[in-house]
Order: sequence, then C-alpha cells, then structure tokens
Amino acid sequence: MSWFKQTWNSSIGRKFAMALSALFLIIFLLQHFLINFTSVISEKTFNEISHFMGKNVLVQFVMQPILIFGVIFHFVMGFILEVKNRNARQVKYAMNKGEANSSWVSRNMIYSGLVILFFLGLHFYDFWIPEIAHKYIEFKPENPNRYFGELVHKFADPVRVGIYALSFVFLALHLLHGFASAFQSSGINHRKYSPMIKKLGKLYAIAIPAGFIFIAVFHYLNQH
Amino acid sequence: MSTAQGLNLTLKVWRQKNNKDKGQMETYQVTDISPDSSFLEMMDILNEQLVGEGKEPVAFDHDCREGICGTCSMFINGEAHGPGREITTCQLHMREFKNGETIYIEPWRAKAFPVVKDLVVDRGAFDRIMAAGGFISVNTSGNTQDANALPIPKYDADRAMDAATCIGCGACVASCKNSSAMLFVSAKVSQFALLPQGKVEAAERVQKMVKVMDEEGFGNCSNTGACEVECPKGISLENIARMNREFIKAGAASEHSS
Repeated sequence: MSWFKQTWNSSIGRKFAMALSALFLIIFLLQHFLINFTSVISEKTFNEISHFMGKNVLVQFVMQPILIFGVIFHFVMGFILEVKNRNARQVKYAMNKGEANSSWVSRNMIYSGLVILFFLGLHFYDFWIPEIAHKYIEFKPENPNRYFGELVHKFADPVRVGIYALSFVFLALHLLHGFASAFQSSGINHRKYSPMIKKLGKLYAIAIPAGFIFIAVFHYLNQH
Repeated sequence: MSTAQGLNLTLKVWRQKNNKDKGQMETYQVTDISPDSSFLEMMDILNEQLVGEGKEPVAFDHDCREGICGTCSMFINGEAHGPGREITTCQLHMREFKNGETIYIEPWRAKAFPVVKDLVVDRGAFDRIMAAGGFISVNTSGNTQDANALPIPKYDADRAMDAATCIGCGACVASCKNSSAMLFVSAKVSQFALLPQGKVEAAERVQKMVKVMDEEGFGNCSNTGACEVECPKGISLENIARMNREFIKAGAASEHSS
C-alpha cells in the first residue's frame, strides 16, 4: 500500500483531513463575517470590498473553487465517517447515558451539520447562484454599488431573518465542539495551550454566529 | 459490620446463549443486597439464586476483583462500569444504588467486540492490535543494557507511566458513541513513543497498530471525550492527540510503508 493511501485512507488520516477542512472553514467564516460587518458601519466600504471580492481573479478562480471544494469535502467526509461510526455498533444499548460523559453538542455534530447544510442550500440559492448567473451567464453590466442593496434586500422578510438566525444558532452549536475538536484531531493538544484554544473556541463559536445574526437583525430593523 | 438496610433491586440483564443467538433483556429480582457488597458480589448472589431455581447463571467476565486486570466489563445503567469515576465494575459498590432501583446490565457493544455469551464479549481485537506493534524489540542475548543507564526526563517518564496504566478493559470502546478504540491504542502508542527505547520503532509501530485497529472495525474518534471520563485509569485524551501526531509524522516522513 502506498504511504499516501495508507495515511489518508486510515481512521486518523480521515479525521486529520476533516480537521484541516474545518480549520480552513473557520478562517473563511471569520473573513466572511468581517466583510459582512462592514455593511453595518459603511455602505461604501461594504460595496468596495464586495466589488473587489467579486471581480478579483485570484478570489474568483482560485479561492472560490478551494472554498467550494472545502465545503463539499467537509460534508461528504462527515457523512462517510458518520456511516462508518454507526456501523461500528450494530446492536444499540437498551440504556445509554451519553450525557454522563460527554456534551450534547459533541454527540450531535451530524444534526447541527445537517441544519448548516440546509442553510448553505438556501444561501447558494439566495446568493451564489444569482451572483454566478449575473456575472458569468447573463454578463450583466457591472455596477460597483449594487452589493449593499442586494444584502439589505435579503433581510427584508422576517421569516427569512428567522431562518437565518436559527441556522446560525446551529452553527454556534457545531462550532462549540468543532473548533477545539479540529485542533485535537490535528494532534494539537498541549497542557499550556489547549485550555486557551478551548476558551478561544467557545468565544469564536458564540461571537461569530451572534455577529452574523446581529447584521441580519440590524438591516431588518433599519427597513421597518 | 454495616447495619445499613439491604437493597431490593430489579435487574434487567442481557441474556444471549452464544454468538449466533439474537439475545434479549431478561428481568430478575434480587432482595436484601448489602450496600457494602461489590457489584460483582451482587451478580454472584443473582447467579446462586438462578442456579437454585434450576436456571442458567449469567455469564460475566471477572478475574482479579481489585481493579487491575481489566477483565470485568458490563455496561451498567448506561455507563461503562456503571456510575462512579476511575473504577472498574469490581470496584463499584451497591451503596451507589437506591433501594427499589431498576438496574440495566448490558455487555460492551461494538462490532469489534462480539458477544460470546450473556455479558461476556471477545476483546481479542485488542490483543491483535498489541501483537501488531505494542512492544519494543529488545536483544535478549544476556547483554541487555540496564534501562536505568538511559537518562529519561521525569516528566516524560511520568507521562509514559500514566499511559501504561491502561488495563485494556475496553470501557473506552464501550462508552464511545462511535465504538472507537483510539484511547486504548493511543495509550499503548504513547507509553512507548515517550521513552527512548520505544522511539526506535515509533513510526512503524503506530502505522501497524492503527492499520489493525481499522481492520478490526472500530469506529473513528470524534473527540466527545466520553472515553476519558469512563476510563477506570483516567487515560487522557492527550494520548490520542499524540498518536495522531505520531501517525501523521510517520506517514509523511518514514521511507517505508507497513
């Protein structure tokens, strides 16, 4: 067996790959939040950054495909591992007190992940597909000031804002376990640094989704 | 001599004739159980009662009855080795239960640990993982070097000793929602990888042990930490991170594959 296959096809290799894609998505989410947050501060800045992200060749044709690959990989690998893990216990316990030894969030990553997948479907339908159609299919003339209006328009409907907020609550639950777990799977566990990583993970898991919800509610309230 | 009142309990016990049998939960009543008796002693009383009634006694694993051999298993009321921390079933006492309580007693559940009979499971998968690399190759010609001739930092020696306290009971597999054996394997990898004698074969060892672990059908670790909480010897998750490092390092750097 080649070293490559032996390493990446193993249980640890798969977990490491899962962790690397998670860390990549964590970094992506932070930059996504920072860009979206500029819409609260300045319409002009948000339009400028969005225009840059939308037109830059590196972002569009290198970073975007890497991101899409990372998202798909994380979900597909998550499902593969879930199926394998379920298969490892074919007869269930009549009584299993999971709450006695582990957190709810750590035991239900598949369900929080499924809600996020549902949200991403909505997000693709809402943003990504119209954006790709606008730029690469319909070849509409570019208006560098269209982005802010489009963002605000998405948050006009209270039902949409509600779904958006609920999805981010599930993202927070996913991150409450996922952030520190990605480090552990990568072999990063140190008596000096791990307590700090765990605290940072909790802060990130709450602050970033709360920030996204704040942006949605802010634009909703500004329109009503 | 304790004067505490005896316990009357309802036991829901997994009964399975053999590996082919489907098995089912059976209900038994035991009365006047001393709170000072161990859980295994309570099981002995149940078995005496069953033998007296002309019924087949419940098969369960036990050996040293002092928490060092790792033989006694049992998933009691939804937890490996029952309630209480850093104990095996033989160290669990009936004072942990209330009079009138119903207690669920099940075998370790994992595809890699097939049920032999009732509460007895085959933990041979652990032996096969150990045989794949859980050792150091030492020249036994009679000129073996004194281990104390090698200076080892106290911190490393302590960590290796902590990992080596694993008794291979399988509570980690039983507690893990994925039936992962990574706490066990990582303890065995770590106890050697931390010491100079073990470093020589570290890369080959971790690759071989992980390969057999995967072949045996254990699940993947998802870092819930249930294993660490239920482990009778308090083996730390740090070991799993160390095994991950050792494995990734071995895959990237070693020039051979196992």
